[in-house]
Amino acid sequence: MTLRTEPVTINIGPHHPSTHGVFRLRVTFDGEVIVDAEPVFGYLHRGTEKLAEERTYVQFVTLTDRMDYVASMTNNQGWVLAVEKLAGITPSPRGVWLRMISAELQRIASHLVAIGFFLQDLGAFATPLMYTMRERERILDLFEILCGARITYSYMRPGGVFQDAPQEFWPRLDTFLKEMPHYVDEYERLISGNEIVLVRTKGIGKVPADTLINASASGPILRAAGVDWDLRKKDPYEFYDRVKFDLPLAKESDNFARYIVRIQEMRESLKIVTHCKEQIEPGPVRPKEVPFLVRPPRGDAYAHIEAPKGELGYYVVSDGSIAPYRCHVRAPSFINLTLLRDMLVGWKVADMIVTFGSIDINMGEVDR
Amino acid sequence: MTTSLRGEQVASMISAFAHEAVAGHNEGSVWVGAESWPAVARQLHDRPETDFKYLSSISAVDYIDHFEVVYHLVSLRHNHGAVVKIRCGEGRSDPVIPSCMPVWRGAELQEREAYDLMGVRFEGHPNLKRVMLWEGFPGHPHRKDFLR
Amino acid sequence: MTDAFLENAFFRNIYCNLASSASPRCAGGGPFGDGMFPAGMEWLAFLITAFVIIFLVVNAALLAVNIYIWGERRLVARLQARLGPNRWGPYGLLTPIADLIKILTKEDIVPAAADRLVFNLAPVLIVVPVLLVFAVIPFASSTWVADLNVGVLYIIAVLSVGSYSAVMAGWGSQNRYAMLGAFRAVALLVSYELPMVLALIGVLMITGSMSLVDVVHDQNVPFALVQPLGFLIFLIGSVAEIQRPPFDLAEAESELIGGYHTDYSGIKWGLFQAGEFMATIASAAIITTLFLSGWRGWGFLPSHIWFLIKLVAVLFAMTWLRGTLPRLRIDQVTAFAWKGLLPLAALNLVVSGVLSFIWPAPGVAELWVMAIVNLAVAAVSIFTLGLLLGPRPGERTTPAGSAVFMPAKREGTA
Repeated sequence: MTLRTEPVTINIGPHHPSTHGVFRLRVTFDGEVIVDAEPVFGYLHRGTEKLAEERTYVQFVTLTDRMDYVASMTNNQGWVLAVEKLAGITPSPRGVWLRMISAELQRIASHLVAIGFFLQDLGAFATPLMYTMRERERILDLFEILCGARITYSYMRPGGVFQDAPQEFWPRLDTFLKEMPHYVDEYERLISGNEIVLVRTKGIGKVPADTLINASASGPILRAAGVDWDLRKKDPYEFYDRVKFDLPLAKESDNFARYIVRIQEMRESLKIVTHCKEQIEPGPVRPKEVPFLVRPPRGDAYAHIEAPKGELGYYVVSDGSIAPYRCHVRAPSFINLTLLRDMLVGWKVADMIVTFGSIDINMGEVDR
Repeated sequence: MTTSLRGEQVASMISAFAHEAVAGHNEGSVWVGAESWPAVARQLHDRPETDFKYLSSISAVDYIDHFEVVYHLVSLRHNHGAVVKIRCGEGRSDPVIPSCMPVWRGAELQEREAYDLMGVRFEGHPNLKRVMLWEGFPGHPHRKDFLR
Repeated sequence: MTDAFLENAFFRNIYCNLASSASPRCAGGGPFGDGMFPAGMEWLAFLITAFVIIFLVVNAALLAVNIYIWGERRLVARLQARLGPNRWGPYGLLTPIADLIKILTKEDIVPAAADRLVFNLAPVLIVVPVLLVFAVIPFASSTWVADLNVGVLYIIAVLSVGSYSAVMAGWGSQNRYAMLGAFRAVALLVSYELPMVLALIGVLMITGSMSLVDVVHDQNVPFALVQPLGFLIFLIGSVAEIQRPPFDLAEAESELIGGYHTDYSGIKWGLFQAGEFMATIASAAIITTLFLSGWRGWGFLPSHIWFLIKLVAVLFAMTWLRGTLPRLRIDQVTAFAWKGLLPLAALNLVVSGVLSFIWPAPGVAELWVMAIVNLAVAAVSIFTLGLLLGPRPGERTTPAGSAVFMPAKREGTA
């Protein structure tokens, strides 16, 4: 005898403890198994792109902070690169090095948050989260020395950064670079070999590499599928062609592969920061001739960077005035969600949360 | 370094299989006619010399007298990129262009976003609903409908 | 009324104060004098004694919960590299009181769609069975409330009532998260009840009695050593039955928000929390009694201190599990119970049966021999089971970190 069961539709979110903000997912379950999932966005939509049209190019830097608020530095970086490309500004070398240092530190901070909450979604009762937050705190301290802010930095400007790093920044950075690898080892000891983590993440949320490419996925998700694509290597912006680092890849394209790629990327980012610190040269952090009110010529430009969550692109159209005519943000978190349904259907409730955590989205960036 | 193909190069690449498709080109980009876009997109994706397997970004711009949808395409194999633009909605008429979702699935959410915020309708999109705003929101906020 | 209850120091001290000294049961009188009631009023003395003891035990359990909540929060905080509650009272000891006041003064919300009777009954039903468990636990050499001759059976029966509470809460809230949580709670109970009970039978075969007082009395060697397999199964089963991490699927904060108590607020929610923590203490007390030789210890400390030390050790282990391990998935949890624990429990039953057949009334030396045999059986069987259920050869031979490779030659780079 077969028992006839009815599917149940549940709203996961927008106020659910593990939707990383105000994400909403309409899921249809058959018992514990997911038969359909549809993401619903927009609970944090602030119209950032429209607001850009009312602000000068420098003013909009503060709004980019508020898009991916756990990786504000890289948001700044993408925007100033787009403006520099549009206005033909050559940044001063010291400013670029400082931008790279802060962007790589930000990548570590963002991956720490991603890993911490990924484990939190696995149900680890906040222990790994507290550990990763402890190190993120040190990065935020460094940023506080650098620019006075801890979350919304607005540190970068077209042409460089707004102020040089103070003297006390460098010894603190040295200590951090020395100690951080041990902390990464500690996470690996706590998490990577844990049998429960392995059975909960290995083989779950698998997507083939060509599907990921076709769906415009980017960042650690793509690299966890073995696709050798990182804009820092493939389209080196700033001085990424002058630093040596490896590209961590994994083949499995499952939740564990995404986690392990992030862990390794943190190690690589530490290498990049070390290289930048060795090569940084004295000089102005911003060319004197760059005006505060940037007036790019008419035209458009698209600049993309490898943000912690994937390819972050800014498409800017200028009409020759002091404010952009149109600004469009290619948000990695948003586009990485295209494949969410494929990753979820057929798995169980618990896997849904874990897979979602492994994509690592930020609602500020998804909704903009 | 990703080579940004010049508009001229892309235009000649497209002309090789579709003569009437190219509507013009400039330094960095190429304009394609809306009606021939699905065929062109399919060819750009499949042909080995173009190999644009990766759709980086879709942006819609309101130029007041017309709309423009901008596609940033990347080939992971050749490591080159192209910018394809499509004019639509001349004279502030309702902008309609064919969807490229059959070619690139990555267009799914981006086309929905362009529809929601700019009002560009992508024909053939299986689920063209609003994505940021709620159904029934009046107008499309990223348009330049209210000029100072 | 038999005279057995007067072996209990608890009863004797109170009863003999009240009852007449003429009563044959307490010839020596109580510790603080005797004969408050005239002869013939022994029934009243007995009644008052019973009420006093119930009052004491219930309040002791509630106080223990408060202290345990504080202890667990402090310990988990230390595991997580933070301080934990330390503001209110010395070392934050009064924090649970402050929490209680907060919970009591909160608005009590009943969802409009809820089945009110079931919804309101569920939190009561989670607390009461756990309190009943404390009735049969011998806390010290001569301190217990009741010496039931079916004590073990009684514990098993009473503890499983707690899952009714989960089902009632899940059904009564008319909430889909709560419903999923309730399903999971039942699945867990059904899966883990069987291996747990089978594991206990090994103990009962050695002692030949279901009374917990007798079990402790016969435990010349801690049964954790004599029955290592049974101990492990019972420990895992207890953690699963009281739904603590890594088996906390029924509330699963990151998946089901709060599981079956999603819709509860105020003191009803507080009762759920108290019930869960009390169940943890009760389970630890049962494990202490059945497997860690209860109140028995060496002479330099009184027996109730020994009981407390063992209890705290078990609670520490449970808290440690909570602070370290992520959650399992429902199918993995049930598969572990049916494919892993049940065969082990059955094997344990067979081995214990054979050993009990050889030594029907084991002395200390025989118990040690049993311990050695059982340890060997446990090691071999767990290893074999790991080979059968664990990852396939080659699947996990490499350390986890080496899943990542660095491309030596990057193709397609311009």
